[in-house]
Amino acid sequence: MGGAVSRYARLLARVLANPARVAGLDDAAWTGMLTVAVAERLAGTLAARLADVAVPAVVAGWMVNAARQAEMERASALWEAEMARRALAPLGVPVVLLKGTAYVAAGLAAGRGRFIGDLDILVRRSDLPVVEAALLAAGWEWVKPDPYDDAYYRRWMHELPPLIHKTRDRMIDVHHTILPPTARPTPDAALLMADSIALADGLRVLGPQDRIVHAAAHLFADGDLAGGLRNLWDLHGLIGEAGCDGLMARAERHGLGPAVARAGRLAHAMYGTDVPQAWRRLTLADRFYRRRLLAVDGWGRDVRPVTRLLFYVRSHWLRMPPLMLARHLWVKMRR
Amino acid sequence: MRHEIRLKIGPVRFRVGSDWAGPVAALRSLYREYPAADGVPDYSVRLEATRPWRRFIRPSVAVRGDHMLPDALPLDLAHGVLAAEIGMNLQLALGERRWLLLHASSVARDGRALIMTGESGSGKSTLAAVLAARGWRLMGDEFALVDLVTGEVRAFPRATSLKNEAIDEMLLHVAEDRFGAELIGTPKGRLRHLRPDARAIAAMDEPATPALILFPRFGPPEGAEAMGEAETFVRLTQASTNYVPLRRAGYDALTRLVTSVPAVAVDYPDTDSAVALVEHLWAGL
Repeated sequence: MGGAVSRYARLLARVLANPARVAGLDDAAWTGMLTVAVAERLAGTLAARLADVAVPAVVAGWMVNAARQAEMERASALWEAEMARRALAPLGVPVVLLKGTAYVAAGLAAGRGRFIGDLDILVRRSDLPVVEAALLAAGWEWVKPDPYDDAYYRRWMHELPPLIHKTRDRMIDVHHTILPPTARPTPDAALLMADSIALADGLRVLGPQDRIVHAAAHLFADGDLAGGLRNLWDLHGLIGEAGCDGLMARAERHGLGPAVARAGRLAHAMYGTDVPQAWRRLTLADRFYRRRLLAVDGWGRDVRPVTRLLFYVRSHWLRMPPLMLARHLWVKMRR
Repeated sequence: MRHEIRLKIGPVRFRVGSDWAGPVAALRSLYREYPAADGVPDYSVRLEATRPWRRFIRPSVAVRGDHMLPDALPLDLAHGVLAAEIGMNLQLALGERRWLLLHASSVARDGRALIMTGESGSGKSTLAAVLAARGWRLMGDEFALVDLVTGEVRAFPRATSLKNEAIDEMLLHVAEDRFGAELIGTPKGRLRHLRPDARAIAAMDEPATPALILFPRFGPPEGAEAMGEAETFVRLTQASTNYVPLRRAGYDALTRLVTSVPAVAVDYPDTDSAVALVEHLWAGL
């Protein structure tokens, strides 16, 4: 399994799991591993993991850049969450932070050094109109004001069309559930909201096991696994903190048992995550997922184009029924 | 990648990979006097075919690497060395967090640095090259790296990138064997690289203390006007590629720079008057 092309991606995974493994790495191994870490948006995470082990002087500069960038990401993500909080607080509706911003706001292991792009929040579907209006009034604008895209998002997606703040230039994704309504699993959004936890400032985060369910849904039931090494690293941290007791029962309630089990198996295989015995062996299909997760070379280039294409096609297949997919691709193609 | 070169420019280590031999050969020639860049690079730059077949048919170079702009236009293979330069600049502009980066040229004398910043076309590269030909130490034509702790400037003396009339001007001051090949019809017009002299390369790891900031402007009649700290500060935040991400450390470094170093806006009609102005201002420090 694997092959030479992904050896630095595999090295990165081993070092993230156990930073002591950097002992004795030569310059070529360091170079390939650091480049993969940047390409997979794991540079800050790796720098945080290596903070307490001895690293050669030649990588000290790289480490400083990665750590400072991560600190900036953290501060901007928390600031953007605060901006959204101020805009939405007068509504008195529950607002749940998701993904990276939630991890840093709640001080979770997955947030350490993490790259954070957009702000993702979850609100009740019935609150969407007032939330949308409040955000527009506070300076957010539509990113792509296109009638087809807009109608598509509102009818078929689990989130509003993306909004961007006109002066801060940061995007916000407003979700009302964690998977598109067209996807086959139907997570219980009301349950996610009911069991969310309030932070000191009034913003909320998902409960510990729901965070795992969401991360697994994001990785395996939605999308083409781009950035998958990072998302699986999130799962490693989330599982480590929440444990697996009752996890499968919770996942089943959201219809995401298979995604969570796959997440557990792959996190164990790649990062040594502590999981039940049943998840300590990869299935044949899991191995194909691992092949995709590791499809990056020591120059940070995407490799294994056929594997990537299959996962890309799969991502659309998961998201919509065949006829709808055909219509969607037809509209997109004619642009 | 098929072809690769390592470069150390000032304190920054790069590896540049290429699908073609040409750009790497051109870099090897431009940087032949630089010390070997062993070890682990800070940044990787990739010069790649935009599509697999574009390696052979109408070759087109995409500039990629650790840090990329999503909508960067590809370049002709004949301009591969420019693609490498853009790639290296982008890595610093987007990824560097060790120093405050000022989009500026800089030269030094007696361990003290003169920083020249301005929009492209202001003549800051040409002015730095001319001053280097007149005995100053060239520190760089693109970025001045301001140390966040000491406030000193680090050199980034890559090959000076000269455009259009500046090429003809510099041929009056410097022997032609220090120039790279002329690139015709690049997005920036006619372009030719000038190799820094042995002194600039030998001293590239030596920091210098900032002593004077100039905002040169080529064209108008000769003039010089002192610039206040507030205006200098604002102009330099615009000239910096990483002032915002550095947060408090960037603010502190820039505050120290503008409160401890005088700044002057200078207008000059030709290089001789510019050099005379610089020498006059420098003598008055």
